Amino acid sequence: MALSRRTLLGLAAGVPVSAALAGCGGSSGPGKGGGATYWYLNGQPQEGVRAGAVDAFNKAHPDNEIDDTTFQNDAYKTKIKTAIGAGQAPTVIWGWGGGTLRAYAEADQVEDLTSWFDEHSELRKGLFPSSFGAATVDGRIYAMPCEAVQPIILYYNNRVFERVGVEPPQSWDDIMALVPRFNAKGIAPFALGGQSRWTNMMWLEFLFDRIGGSEVFQAAVEGEKNAWSHPDAIKALTKLQDLVKAGGFVKGFSSITADSNADQALLYTGRAAMMLHGAWSYGIQQTDGGDFVSSGSLGYMTFPPVEGGKGDQSDTVGNPAQYLSISSKASAAQKKTAKDFFATGILQEEEVKKWIGNGSVPIRLGTEKLLAASENADFLQFTYDIASKAKVFVQSWDQALSPTAAETLLDNIVKLFQLSIPPQQFADNLNAVTGA
Amino acid sequence: MSALTGRPRGREPRSVLPWLAVPALVVFVGFAVVPLIGVFALSFTTWDGIGSIRPSGLTSWRAVLTDPGLPHALWVTFLVMAVSWIVQTPLSILLGTFLAGRQRYRAVLGVVYFVPLMLSSAAIAIAYEALLDPNFGLGAGLKIQALSQDWLGRPWLAFGVVVFVVSWQFVPFHTLIYQGGVQQIPKSLYEAAQLDGAGRIRQFFDITLPQLKYTVITSSTLMVVGSLTFFDLIFVLTEGGPGDATRVLALDMYKRGFQASLMGPASVIAVILVLVGLALALLLRRLGGRDAGASQLEGA
Repeated sequence: MALSRRTLLGLAAGVPVSAALAGCGGSSGPGKGGGATYWYLNGQPQEGVRAGAVDAFNKAHPDNEIDDTTFQNDAYKTKIKTAIGAGQAPTVIWGWGGGTLRAYAEADQVEDLTSWFDEHSELRKGLFPSSFGAATVDGRIYAMPCEAVQPIILYYNNRVFERVGVEPPQSWDDIMALVPRFNAKGIAPFALGGQSRWTNMMWLEFLFDRIGGSEVFQAAVEGEKNAWSHPDAIKALTKLQDLVKAGGFVKGFSSITADSNADQALLYTGRAAMMLHGAWSYGIQQTDGGDFVSSGSLGYMTFPPVEGGKGDQSDTVGNPAQYLSISSKASAAQKKTAKDFFATGILQEEEVKKWIGNGSVPIRLGTEKLLAASENADFLQFTYDIASKAKVFVQSWDQALSPTAAETLLDNIVKLFQLSIPPQQFADNLNAVTGA
Repeated sequence: MSALTGRPRGREPRSVLPWLAVPALVVFVGFAVVPLIGVFALSFTTWDGIGSIRPSGLTSWRAVLTDPGLPHALWVTFLVMAVSWIVQTPLSILLGTFLAGRQRYRAVLGVVYFVPLMLSSAAIAIAYEALLDPNFGLGAGLKIQALSQDWLGRPWLAFGVVVFVVSWQFVPFHTLIYQGGVQQIPKSLYEAAQLDGAGRIRQFFDITLPQLKYTVITSSTLMVVGSLTFFDLIFVLTEGGPGDATRVLALDMYKRGFQASLMGPASVIAVILVLVGLALALLLRRLGGRDAGASQLEGA
């Protein structure tokens, strides 16, 4: 017997697997009485707006206060799942809707709000209609859309375009023609934070839509067999790899993370000419880019059409809204407080103004006047038009799909961008998880 | 436990009361054995971490064992283990021997070498990530072309970076172990060797290295078993990327469990990790000979 107790103890110290999997429920589970709990993301300026809404609600409802706790983005994604699984969810669950919400709904962890919305149809009519898609699972509404709309936008640096003497692209062929022009001057055509994975995904979202229309990805969401091998899907994947091969993205894009905003910096320092990024990027450029935005050097447009594509040019992709659900494990009093908060605490005038102030378009309809009065009026109007006129607002793929499929998707997207797998293999790998 | 207590240690006094081990045992059972049993049980279920846990027999095992991701993750894990061992061990022995000397300047250098060990892995990873940024990192800042590579974006470069950073972080720790080991070697051996006319290099290879045998085994066990659980550093530095080039087993487990919501398969990988770790530790003990536990020069 060479196995001694000391070996076992030593191994236990060396293999803390168990500790990692054991997880922690945390202490701030379902509160008592009518006081509801609410978890959301930290990080300014959004955190201040969220906290402001809660404070205003608490002031008006001193008997049924909401107790809020904030979390960092990635930590929250894990924490909320663990908490819900352990029956320790907060009353109000902040989220992105889509595939994750479906998982909650199918496990009966969140309240069905359909009839509540029927009773409060005026609430529903006041919000962007496109925001309800990702809140709906099999025809039932499980979340209240909130906060701001975040479409993906093609940004460009006007100074760089002038220096090279070219015009912003009006089509995919224009993009391909611009690539060598910029590369010849030592400027990267597109900035990309490729290590973050979802940054690459935005390119596929638009290419799929412009080439094949929104049905192609929708088929994958609905679990259709071989949805990813659709000829238009393969065409989109091939075009993407053509752009990579042509040197369309900044050198070393796989080493760049979006979290560090290095991709944003490439654009405003003029080392890259263009960048496909979320609407929130505008605020970052404004804060970090010196006079880049105020001097009018930041240009923006929707993703151009692809020659021969079937997609509608008004279609857009991104986050239609953020979402609030109510835990089905909460007490009746807590649920009532949460619903009161939804009805009278969300996107009130003060909150709407704050969102507009930080360059976001809140999902409330009829804010044109407020938008027009803002210092960022042009950009806000542009975003508002995209969001309110979009025929189809495709939800970010990693949010629309189930968490399991999303993970496979993101992994394979990186490989696709690294040219380490051909389009057909990408399609096969994805078919295996969404069509099963 | 009686079967596990090993060989009787000859003249150990019988007055050592067994219940003194109870606190340690309680912690060990509570935080290692019980979760281990839980993970083993979970590996025979299907669970997304949110809904209810459904028993599903061998489904998870079949899914993991037929997934090409598993041999790849195992391969990456062993490669990280082997390469970082090869890099760390000679460096640590040399540094440890050097620092074992009694001179003041060596003590000062020892403190400096020790710094990486005091930093958290996450902080180290974030710092290296910023330094290695191809556009805004060290290479671009100093305008040194050779340093502005796509460090974390090419599979083999990223692998090399991981091994380098791991070594940078852990060489000080192993240096410390070897320093202690060298200082315990009886001076008389060196004095005798000096009288016989052996030079410094000869002394190193004929006295220091053989005397460090058990220290090497201790340090290697820590390195090998520890490298099975590399997670934080790689998670922050590359997130297992690019693609899956640096996705080690522990990271694979986390991604499956907490990102892809596949707790069953993640538990299977956890069980595999434990088995591999046990096997490696036993193997290393065997390599140390029958009396490894009785060594008087061993550091741990």
